[in-house]
Amino acid sequence: MKHIVKIMAILVAISAFWIGLLQAAVIPESYTWLLPLYFIVSLGCYGLLMVGVGLMQFPTCPQEAVLLQQDIREAKDFMKKNGVDIGPD
Amino acid sequence: MAEDKKGENKYSIIIPTYNERLNIALIIYLVFKHLKDFNFEVIVVDDGSPDGTQDIVKQLQQVYGEDHILLRPRAKKLGLGTAYVHGLKHASGNFVVIMDADLSHHPKYLPSFIKKQIETGASIVTGTRYVTGGGVHGWNLMRKLTSRGANVLAQTLLWPGVSDLTGSFRLYRKSALEDIISSVVSKGYVFQMEMIVRATRKGYHIEEVPITFVDRVYGSSKLGGSEIVEYLKGLLYLLVTT
Ligand SMILES: Nc1nc2c(ncn2[C@@H]2O[C@H](COP(=O)(O)OP(=O)(O)OP(=O)(O)O)[C@@H](O)[C@H]2O)c(=O)[nH]1
Ligand SMILES: [Mg+2]
Repeated sequence: MKHIVKIMAILVAISAFWIGLLQAAVIPESYTWLLPLYFIVSLGCYGLLMVGVGLMQFPTCPQEAVLLQQDIREAKDFMKKNGVDIGPD
Repeated sequence: MAEDKKGENKYSIIIPTYNERLNIALIIYLVFKHLKDFNFEVIVVDDGSPDGTQDIVKQLQQVYGEDHILLRPRAKKLGLGTAYVHGLKHASGNFVVIMDADLSHHPKYLPSFIKKQIETGASIVTGTRYVTGGGVHGWNLMRKLTSRGANVLAQTLLWPGVSDLTGSFRLYRKSALEDIISSVVSKGYVFQMEMIVRATRKGYHIEEVPITFVDRVYGSSKLGGSEIVEYLKGLLYLLVTT
């Protein structure tokens, strides 16, 4: 099954549930009409929240850049010793 | 004999290059430093770099031996995806590692990929920057923001099963790589995303290891253009085809 079909299936299931709510009238109809709006807004909030949290907790590794410089120096020395012409710098 | 201690697995490390004269020397030094306990070969797929990358590789062959460094060049710049396919044709190992030449993928992580594979029997071990122990250095806020946004979008819509979709530092069982790569059509870095999503859909056992990613020090980036548009197109494509 293509992935888009799965997502469609979920959307259809949610719509069916919503129509069921409309017809059963267990909660006031005016609330039920607003539910899709709430759904979309909360989806958007979820996305923004996840991006925000991801940004705040973005893992950085400044020490790795320092270690890499050491490795580069080591490698350049080796190349010089073995006559590999990597050019100046 | 020393060979016996190394076990029966052989790792073919495919490194595509385009104008990576300095980087290729540095990365090959580091690969040999960190993989001395393993059977491996390095396959450099160079697309006719005008900066003389191939001359350096030939000099490195003199230092390290031609059986350990294979130069499999192509006449002109034909893109990354086909570079992997080309390298794969010449791979003699039962496992294949794909990594960039620009030192963003540090060879010191190779043993942890291999160890993870042996421990779990996974068909694919993929490096991830977004777990503890992983990280990125050298990105500005904009780059971080697009990366996080792209990741949230892909995780929500595609359920890819891995935390780092666009990373391209990966170890594959050779048969798995051959199987997956034949069904991949995307180019650019959507290619990496399509590889891993197709692998997940095909039910391959995928494991992750943390890696750190330091933005390139030497040379210049070969990607570019309207990356965000390409990414969104790729996402849509994967939604309807996988
Ligand atoms: N053979 C071959 N190699 C390529 C080609 N394009 C890029 N590469 C190599 O693929 C690797 C990744 O390319 P990069 O330019 O670093 O792409 P990137 O990592 O997304 O971009 P940066 O963030 O700037 O590093 C490097 O080793 C390049 O030399 C190509 O057309 N052919
Ligand atoms: Mg790079």
